[in-house]
Amino acid sequence: MSGTFVGMPAFPEAAREAVRNPTLRGNLRHATHTIRAKRARAVGELADWAELREAGRRIKDHTLRHLDRYLEQLEESVTAAGGTVHWAADAAEANRIVTELVRATGESEVVKVKSMATQEIELNEALAAAGIRAYETDLAELIVQLGKDRPSHILVPAIHRNRGEIRDIFAHEMGEWGRPAPEDLTDTPADLAEAARLHLREKFLRAKVGISGANFMVAETGTLVVVESEGNGRMCLTLPETLISVVGIEKTVPTWRDLEVFLQTLPRSSTAERMNPYTSMWTGTTDEDGPRAFHLVLLDNGRTDTLADTVGRQALRCIRCSACLNVCPVYERAGGHAYGSVYPGPIGAILSPQLRGTGSEIDASLPYASSLCGACYEVCPVAIDIPEVLVHLRERVVEGGPAVRRGNKVLLKPAKGHAAERAAMRAARWAFAHPGALRAGQRLASRTRRLHPRTLPGPGRAWSGARDLPAVPPEPFRDWWQRTRGGKDGDR
Amino acid sequence: MNSRERILGRVRRALADVTPDQRPYEEAVPRDYLRAHGERTVAETVELLAENLADYRAIVHRTDAEELPTVVMRLLAERGSREVLVPPGLPPGWLAEADPVRVHDRAALTAARLDRVDSVVTGCAVAIAETGTLVLDGSPDQGRRRVSLIPDHHICVVRVPDQVVSSVPQALERLDPARPLTWISGPSATSDIELDRVEGVHGPRTLEVILLG
Ligand code: SF4
Repeated sequence: MSGTFVGMPAFPEAAREAVRNPTLRGNLRHATHTIRAKRARAVGELADWAELREAGRRIKDHTLRHLDRYLEQLEESVTAAGGTVHWAADAAEANRIVTELVRATGESEVVKVKSMATQEIELNEALAAAGIRAYETDLAELIVQLGKDRPSHILVPAIHRNRGEIRDIFAHEMGEWGRPAPEDLTDTPADLAEAARLHLREKFLRAKVGISGANFMVAETGTLVVVESEGNGRMCLTLPETLISVVGIEKTVPTWRDLEVFLQTLPRSSTAERMNPYTSMWTGTTDEDGPRAFHLVLLDNGRTDTLADTVGRQALRCIRCSACLNVCPVYERAGGHAYGSVYPGPIGAILSPQLRGTGSEIDASLPYASSLCGACYEVCPVAIDIPEVLVHLRERVVEGGPAVRRGNKVLLKPAKGHAAERAAMRAARWAFAHPGALRAGQRLASRTRRLHPRTLPGPGRAWSGARDLPAVPPEPFRDWWQRTRGGKDGDR
Repeated sequence: MNSRERILGRVRRALADVTPDQRPYEEAVPRDYLRAHGERTVAETVELLAENLADYRAIVHRTDAEELPTVVMRLLAERGSREVLVPPGLPPGWLAEADPVRVHDRAALTAARLDRVDSVVTGCAVAIAETGTLVLDGSPDQGRRRVSLIPDHHICVVRVPDQVVSSVPQALERLDPARPLTWISGPSATSDIELDRVEGVHGPRTLEVILLG
């Protein structure tokens, strides 16, 4: 599997490639627009969306601001419920812990629930190096794994593949991994899903070790929550004898009651459903129901460095709903691979450079992978001000300044004349290919916000002709910035 | 220094700028969102549950205690089920008229054996009207999590109106986090292929809900 992002070209190069691929653009456009429209309907059903969003923001902020306390409480609750807690400072340590846990079971294969944390640390590759085969069981992840590919979207990782491509991948690759696809496999989604069902079922029924992430961890009770649709998650979480969950420390929420907020905002923001088909909640182990051993690996891997940044720490509120990807005009054109990290789109543009630092060309260019139109902020169910963080990170790339890396304070040098800055500037030029039209479009859209225009007249037409307008913020980001200097004057 | 102390130390240093909030947590986060969306009578709440279940492609039936065994028998017969999986505490009367062979879930049964069973009948802990969600909590009438997962056909009996709440907040109030919980909204589904929704990937492809009241 070529799952690694090392050696990825910086964003503008990768994006230029992607934009030239008409299949990719067509698939992406169809997908993002479909989800976007459905989501607006699902959110519209809740009269208290604004209050839920604010509560979600406050719960996550409060948790992050007292994270040490809640992590200790979580550890205590999980342990009391029969689980074992491990702490991993970085990817290498997390991979080592998981590998040792699997080895201790004597098994050489594991089934996996879709999890961004395990992709981030490249766990599958680490397990493969130790002679352990990891089977992805989410349908999209299976498509990605069989296609020797990388995921391109948080929610629908194989969004860049169409049904014909998927059929070919199944027909050619399934036999390598287990039960082959049926001879007469067609490209109808129902047939493809059936092939995946049969291929994976033999793995589920014999699996002794399951590996997952989690959407939430409740400090008060020690409960972990996984939200999914297909039932592959339920299979991996309940059939094996050993369950290992690798979860970023920022996924903690203080109380059981807090789930009432996120179980309303996450499904509607993410798949645009009132509720996703399956949600599993487990607290340690239960006699005769589910795994006999449960291990929780708490992952830092750059999260505490991100927490140290007073502007950027809000990125840790993210609940990975992917709504910001679907409204982003840059993501829509460039696709997820261009971001060169497991976190694509607007959230990836602020999270990856914080988790990994801005040392590489791709990470230095990511804060520029945006038109700052503000749609991502409007749509975010935990109100992460992505444009604010983007501007902050651009400043960091160009001017340098204090930051924290692996727990140590460092002084970043300005990127002047450095490859990183050149990459960043190229990215900026790419995103602002038509700056005049873009600016005019934003201003006009703001003024006529209540009229909900579909396309823009005058110079904005070229810009809006190729895409639907995203939900328009009350004021263009640029104007807001000029007026308030990023809120430093206290007027927001 | 071990990684636990290293991470907690990093967290504390990262938060050096933050003044700790001394208020109890209940006061630290305002919860001025709604406990439920809209005013409904009990009958309307049950009606909404039925609508939302059906909207997510569950098949909804209504009956009373007297008719229940006949309805269960009919649904199993329509499926052509030869074996039905029975959680340990399922009220015996529910299957009084059913023909299929009863397979009682015991720890010794392997997952591969359960895979050969056609249908399962369970109760539920709570049903949520606004979202069309059934919540199973592993009580004796619902059994282990795997019983509602492996067979392709799940019949879930909901006692109305006692087990029905309006909203997610009301459901969480009733549930015990110490139990393993499974929330089910419609049958298993995927939209991973060109966003076309396909019912049934790994979980049961057919979900039938009997509203018993
Ligand atoms: S940043 Fe906000 S909108 Fe984007 S994935 Fe995270 S929670 Fe969702």
